[in-house]
This record gives sequence, structure tokens and C-alpha cells, in this order.
Amino acid sequence: MAKTISEINEKIKKGEVIVVTAEEIIDIAEKEGIERAAKKVDVVTTATFGPMCSSGAYLNLGHSKPRIKLGGGKAYLNDVPVYTGLAAVDIYIGATALPEEDPRNKVYPGEFKYGGGHVIEDLVAGKDLKFTALSYATDCYPRKKLETWINIKDINEAVLFNPRNAYQNYNVAVNLSRKIIYTYMGVLQPHLGNAMYCSAGQLSPLLNDPYYKSIGVGTKIFLGGGVGYVVWNGTQHNPCVKRTKRGVPCAGAGSIAVIGDLKEMSPYWLKGTSITGYGVNLTVGIGIPIPILNEEILYYTTVKDEEIWAPIVDYSEDYPLGREKIIGEVNYAQLKKGKINFRGKEVSTASLSSYARAREIAEILKNWIKEGKFLLTEPVKQLPSTNSGIRLKNLKERNLD
Amino acid sequence: MEKRRVVLTFPYQLIDQPITYHLIRDYNLVVNILRAKINPEEEGRLMVEISGDKKSLDEGMDYLKRLGVSIQPLVKDIRWLEEKCTHCTACLSICPTGALSVERKEMKVSFEKDKCIACGLCILACPYRAIEISF
Ligand code: SF4
Ligand code: SF4
Repeated sequence: MAKTISEINEKIKKGEVIVVTAEEIIDIAEKEGIERAAKKVDVVTTATFGPMCSSGAYLNLGHSKPRIKLGGGKAYLNDVPVYTGLAAVDIYIGATALPEEDPRNKVYPGEFKYGGGHVIEDLVAGKDLKFTALSYATDCYPRKKLETWINIKDINEAVLFNPRNAYQNYNVAVNLSRKIIYTYMGVLQPHLGNAMYCSAGQLSPLLNDPYYKSIGVGTKIFLGGGVGYVVWNGTQHNPCVKRTKRGVPCAGAGSIAVIGDLKEMSPYWLKGTSITGYGVNLTVGIGIPIPILNEEILYYTTVKDEEIWAPIVDYSEDYPLGREKIIGEVNYAQLKKGKINFRGKEVSTASLSSYARAREIAEILKNWIKEGKFLLTEPVKQLPSTNSGIRLKNLKERNLD
Repeated sequence: MEKRRVVLTFPYQLIDQPITYHLIRDYNLVVNILRAKINPEEEGRLMVEISGDKKSLDEGMDYLKRLGVSIQPLVKDIRWLEEKCTHCTACLSICPTGALSVERKEMKVSFEKDKCIACGLCILACPYRAIEISF
């Protein structure tokens, strides 16, 4: 009964394709069994919407008259520094960049009101952004200073290019200390006052394809409201972690690098994010279609929240000191109830990643495919999987003298 | 007579102490508890209206600070900006009263103003600036 991607694409073009979300497939497979469900369903859509720090966009601004060479100089978008180590008018704005005058954590906890993530959101929203640059003159690029407004519709390219997104599973953060702490996982109350998690669980892309059997380099995806592609494994891609019997990683594992035309995206799906006491970030909406090529691929998409376990990690001491210590395990069905029992205590839970928005993305992608607006692609290279032998390395510090 | 509306946050070791009693007896203040949430072994939070003359009020506040109680002035108005809310739920485990809550089937967050004690804690917890205060 195996199907191919081109057969599925034919069905899409004819309007005969059957697409369901990664939530809906759970019931279908329960009622009809894996074999019948795999015959019936052609595509399962998965999604996630959460803060993803390793995100950013490169822009080509077009040449000024006279010309300026930004490469090697300094440049800012709305006072947020951008990376200029590229060609004359190419820049990269990273999600976590902060204005030089931002007080950061000097007034603790810092508010981090505006940074790279917000610049990207404003750019996508079509707002004018202040661009300022200082550089050195050359014979061919004589100008040393540039101050202007830029708008996404007037620049040559604006491309979202995120080196690490859509983490496959993640830590649940708690605070065992006596004082409140402000982390990238949110505000953590003392004495196990709360637990923060960040994954869409049963809807999350890589949790529905735990061994990367269909998601690979070249997979076409929903990215920030537009269309994008998986271009590589994400940084820190770590497939060889402990897994459950059905292959679900029990900790942060795989991740993907993604790319897409920022000009086609929307600020509703790319949100500047201010994490108190920590910094700025970009919250990204990603949706990935999984072609049901065979029963095995379908089986993996039927994963339920109660089958996905996340490690509980103390962010007051163990995480900051780099101790790889897991103090407990909890599944997403428990986390999504809003309370877990841990160490004899009822601990309230909350998420940084929005399940409601992830659902919305899975529905949108489903409709795009049903309406024939989105065809699937064949990956051109697989992501490294459990046989890759990858081991995540810590930095080895060496004496400089 | 002066009135101050404040949120008092007690470290857990102070929870079983008769602090309001001392405020009333030793500092001659009128203490009106508007809302309270105390979890044994954790922090306690009291939203109170304290009235008395200025000097007693200042002394009463100093007494609380010395004990390690943190005092936040009560903000007037908390606004939840629905269009900015991504329904992530990050504010939920911080909100002491359940004014911010989520309907677990839809996973959509909502705000009930009547339950809000305007402690402002959710503002720190919301990554999308979907909660605003006005003093
Ligand atoms: S201010 Fe925010 S955290 Fe405090 S009670 Fe109101 S909604 Fe809850
Ligand atoms: S933290 Fe902010 S965005 Fe998230 S649910 Fe609460 S109000 Fe909405």
C-alpha cells in the first residue's frame, strides 16, 4: 500500500487528498486501526509556535549613492545592532540582539522591551525601520555614514534563516532554590513554585516523525505564515538521546534549520518576545506536513501527549552550572492539565509555547494542502538519525598561554 | 487619615506569624484584607487596604520591610490585550488568583477582571506584552 510523494501530489492537484492534523489522526487510527488509517489518510499536519532563539533574517538593502560598504562597519536597525560581516549591503539581524543602550539586567530583572525579534516582527509588519550605519571609505565605496528609513517592500531580499528551530522535546524547568529566578523558560517561583514547559507535544513536528523518516533537507513547510523549507539539521541536533519504546526522545533531541521568504510572512506568526530577566527572542510558527508513505510513518504520527515524556530540570543550580541532572520525568498530558505532582507537592504548570496557535497552524496547513495551494516535496537528504553516532559536545576550555 | 492599597508578599517562614495583628495593635492601623492567598511552605500574598495617619503608616511599612515582607503598591488597572495574547499560558502559573486562566479543551486563555488583585506579577511573566497596567 506504500504511497509516493508524487502520488500524493497528484491527489492534491485533483482535490482528492485526505489531510488531517496530528491531533485528529490519533482518533482516526484508534477507531480504524493503523493499516486502514494509513490507506485512507495521505498527509498529517504538525505544528508548533514557540520562542526559538536561534532565528534571524538576512537582508539585502540595495546600494546607496554614493556607495557604502557595510561589511566591516557597524550598522543598526531601530538601534539594534545587525551583523555586518558580509558583502557591502547584506546584513543579518539575529533574534536575540539588543540595543547597546539597553540596560539589560542592570535593573534586575531586565525588561528587554525591544530587540532583534521585535525588529523582525516590525519589518514583517511593513513598518518603516530606522537604519543607521558607520563604516570606512574605500576607493570603490567612499561613503562612511548612512542614516535612512527602510521598508521591507523596498529592499531586494528579506529572508528568514533560522539555524535551530522546532526542537524535538524540551526540558521542564523548575526552581528548587529559595528565591524567584528569571530564566529563558520564564519566571520560576522558589521552592518548586511552578513548572514551565515549551513544546506542542503531540502536535510538534519532530515528535511526530521521531526518526526523521519523512522530514529532511528540502521538506517544504509553513514558516511564519508563509512558505519555507528545511535546509539542514538544526544546530545541537542530537538524535542519539534516550528514547521510549515508540521512539520518542526523552529530552531535547533533533532540531531543524529553516529558511523562507520573509516578505511572504506575517507578524501574527513571527512575534518579538521579551523574556523578563533573560533577553529578547523571536516566537516562530512552524507547520510541517508528514506524507503518509507507509504504515510505519503513520504509526509515528499517532503519538499522544501521554506518551511523550520530558525531563524535569532545576534551573536554579543544575542548569546554570551545566550539570546534566534530571530530577524527574513528566508527560505532556500531565503538564497540559495545569498541575503536576512532584516530590509530594502539587506544582502548577504553564507553557511558553502556544498550543492554541500550533493548532491554528496545523489547520491552516491542512487547508492549504486540501485547496491545492501547497504541494509536498521529496527531501534531498535525510537528517542524521539514531545511527549517526552524534554526541553533543560541551566546550573544552583551554588555557590561552 | 491616609489610605494605601498594597500587595504584601510574605516569605514562607513568616506565614504563620500574626503580622496584621501587630499592624493593628502596635501601629494603630486599620487593615482591610481585600484578598489573600497563602500556600503553606510557599509565599503568602495579601492584598490589603491600610489606613491610618501618615506617620503610623510609614512606621507600619518599615516594620513589614524589616520582617522581609515585600510591598508593592497596588496598581489601579490591569488590562489584558486579547489581540496580543498568543495563549501560551506562561502567565498562568504566576497569577495567584486564577484571574488569568485557560480553558483546557481549546487551550485558550482568558482574563476575569473581578478575580484580579492587580499584583502585576503577570506582566513579568508575559513574553508578548499582552498585559498592561496603569497606575
Ligand atoms: S495582576 Fe496579573 S497576576 Fe496579579 S491577579 Fe491580576 S491577572 Fe493575576
Ligand atoms: S503570558 Fe501573555 S501571551 Fe501568554 S497567555 Fe498570558 S497574557 Fe497571553
